[in-house]
Amino acid sequence: MADATANGLTAEPKSGPMMAADGRTLKSSLNRALRREKLRALALIAPLLIFVLVTFVAPIVDMLFRSVENQIVSETIPRTVDALADWDATSTEAPGEEVFASLYTDLVVAEEYKRHTRLGSRLNYELTGISSVFRSTGRSIGRFDTDIYTDQFIAADPAFEDPTQWSSWMADDGLRTALPLTADAYDAWVGIMVEVKEDDPLEEDIYDFVYTALYRDLAAGAVPAGMPSIDVSGFETVSLRELFIDEDDAWMNVEIWQTIKTYSPSYTDGYFLNAIDMRNGPDGAEWRPENEQLYIQLFIRTMWMSLAITGSCILLGYPIGWLLANLPARTANVLMILVLLPFWTSLLVRTSAWKVLLQQQGVINDILVWIGLVADDNRLVMINNATGTIIAMTHILLPFMILPLYSVMRTIPPSYLRAAKSLGATNWTAFWRVYFPQSVPGIGAGSILVFILAIGYYITPEIVGGTKGVFISNRIAYHISSSLNWGLAAALGSILLILVLALYWAYDRLVGIDNVKLGG
Amino acid sequence: MDHGNDAAFVEFERVQKSYDGETLVVKDLNLSMPKGEFLTMLGPSGSGKTTCLMMLAGFETATHGDIRLAGKPINNIPPHKRGIGMVFQNYALFPHMSVAENLSFPLEVRKMGKSEREAKIKRALDMVQMGAFGGRRPSQLSGGQQQRVALARALVFEPELVLMDEPLGALDKQLRETLQFEITRLAHNLGITVVYVTHDQTEALTMSDRVAVFEAGKIQQLAPPSELYEKPMNSFVAQFIGENNTLEGKVTQIDGATCTVQLDSGDIIDAMPVNVSHVGERTKVSIRPERVEFNKSRLREGAHTLKAEVLEFIYMGDIFRTRLRVAGTDDFVIKTRNAPDQVRLSPGDQIEIGWLAEDCRALDA
Repeated sequence: MADATANGLTAEPKSGPMMAADGRTLKSSLNRALRREKLRALALIAPLLIFVLVTFVAPIVDMLFRSVENQIVSETIPRTVDALADWDATSTEAPGEEVFASLYTDLVVAEEYKRHTRLGSRLNYELTGISSVFRSTGRSIGRFDTDIYTDQFIAADPAFEDPTQWSSWMADDGLRTALPLTADAYDAWVGIMVEVKEDDPLEEDIYDFVYTALYRDLAAGAVPAGMPSIDVSGFETVSLRELFIDEDDAWMNVEIWQTIKTYSPSYTDGYFLNAIDMRNGPDGAEWRPENEQLYIQLFIRTMWMSLAITGSCILLGYPIGWLLANLPARTANVLMILVLLPFWTSLLVRTSAWKVLLQQQGVINDILVWIGLVADDNRLVMINNATGTIIAMTHILLPFMILPLYSVMRTIPPSYLRAAKSLGATNWTAFWRVYFPQSVPGIGAGSILVFILAIGYYITPEIVGGTKGVFISNRIAYHISSSLNWGLAAALGSILLILVLALYWAYDRLVGIDNVKLGG
Repeated sequence: MDHGNDAAFVEFERVQKSYDGETLVVKDLNLSMPKGEFLTMLGPSGSGKTTCLMMLAGFETATHGDIRLAGKPINNIPPHKRGIGMVFQNYALFPHMSVAENLSFPLEVRKMGKSEREAKIKRALDMVQMGAFGGRRPSQLSGGQQQRVALARALVFEPELVLMDEPLGALDKQLRETLQFEITRLAHNLGITVVYVTHDQTEALTMSDRVAVFEAGKIQQLAPPSELYEKPMNSFVAQFIGENNTLEGKVTQIDGATCTVQLDSGDIIDAMPVNVSHVGERTKVSIRPERVEFNKSRLREGAHTLKAEVLEFIYMGDIFRTRLRVAGTDDFVIKTRNAPDQVRLSPGDQIEIGWLAEDCRALDA
């Protein structure tokens, strides 16, 4: 007792941080105690967190990354990309021999690795028709008349035919520095031998493009020490530019070269520009021609139709929510089952049912014609357009509006309305000034839910939307599964995501996200 | 306060109410209140008191009968046109409005001008000592403060009749007592007529001019608090109001204002016949614990006494509460004042108890 008092007395006058019993500061003690709790909480959510990260976040991040990724050009035709750096993209003439010579090496290598068609498809997104140019040129690149260089070198010195000899030359750093194009081409050839052909590069004949590179090095004035000295000035030559243009005169087309040059960096804004109906022209970003514009209109349509769906869900759902909240529990439960019934029915079945109901020879038109409201030759068009999409999606998303509305309305005691009426408010005033403001959090929650679900909806617009009632998501799906332009799909998806986040932010600013209640 | 004006201000005439068409929640209710009266409807839950209040407010319609306000039938007038102020148990302050906005609401729907509104709101808030809280939200107030605001809101549009549905039910005891006092003071100062519903008899007794005791859809007794306590007209009221000792027996003799009752144990006691009329009738006699006497000198000559054994003696400060075994029951309670000359009984003591015949009321069985 006396000890305790003494301790207490000595401990108290000390200023500075509060100390815990074990001599640490109180703060660090508390942190230690809390850390254990935090770790335990983390351990509890860890399985779900990992699951979500692996199956949800990671694929989305990867997918979004594809919207700017563009390494395919610089990886497939690196030499061409380098050579094109000096070419003026605004010129009206295709690049010169140097670029075509690089393209020759690149395409031979790419053809061996079967990569040129993928590059063609990629560039085809930007310039229609480029894909077939790459494919046809790739088919015939092996038959280009560059073997004249091979023949002339071997005729000049048979050592040039010996792969072992080549191998020792190319191991010599001095030679490699003197003959950069040759070294580069030889390395690419060795790569093809080992990786594609799975042959021994010491036993196979060297390909023509290596001799072509050697010729270009020597013609440029290289002086190789340790290699038979050959005077190439007397060589018969062939223009690669001519060979390419003979093969496909599209290579003369400046647009192809502009496209390749524009999309040569590893990262591009091209997909995003494409997603908002623009493109990279020689003078920077520009609008696409009117008849190619599509996405902005689709985004606007997606937004207004989602708003219309949200609005009709509020109009239809509010009275139901009110009724549910004010009925005796037993009746409310029965009604609630009816509200939830759509959840237990396949989405496809419900959507198809709307197709049956709404089509021109469908149930509703038949009835309207039968009672004479609509002429038989003038049946209403209610499906395969925006109307059909709005009707079907309102039906499908209605429970997402009713449930939050109901759970919020249930917590509003009836005494508020009574109080308002006893204070002299008419039924309408009591509702509008007392009940409605308190149900706004429910409307907010329901609207966010319905709007966000609607804006990304795919299956229903796909089935009942026709061409006038499809959403941006249908376009995304098309690019994912049909056109395989994943970059554009990712860009469209990113824009959609940003739009939703922006709207969420705006909503938070206007209404306050604290005002959103899903229940109690 | 004008008690002199006895012209009925609120009237229930043969009012019946049924929710399901099978049972009557309110059976044949007749009630007449003068202007300025503070009337409490007291009763256990399910006795029909709240239903009566709701019918008066207009939230329920009478199945049968007339309800009149200032002489005019109001059965077909919607609640918002009745001009009746109402205070609810859960306060029912609109959570999305500030205190001042809550008070402004009844004035706004009456299309009152802004300056007039502000003056009235200020006066009403000052009246309940909440003048400084106009800008707060109801959720930022304590229960007692909320109920004051609710009260101010019910009074701000100067209704002549204010209904209160268990307004203090959710508050703690001390706060309840303060507010009980404030409500009565306000009601009397403003001269408003109040119908107050509660199941708390202390509240009813301390606040009201008259109390209507409800049971099973009927008014069992309508009387001022002192009469209700001292002269209960039936055994339900006697049991319900205050602490009460009940003994059961048979009337053996009636002699004007007194009668004798033979208890089931065979003992004979003196009582006052209240609702017994002939010899042989079964009765429950009711004696208040503080009216029981065990000092023989204070009893009348020839008064009957009963033997009693002390079972328990509880010291409660101002009073002593003693539990006795009397005529076969173990829960006969007497209360004695803590005075210097007061005898303190101890368990096991054998005493004789008696009372004045007028304090022991022979009621219905």
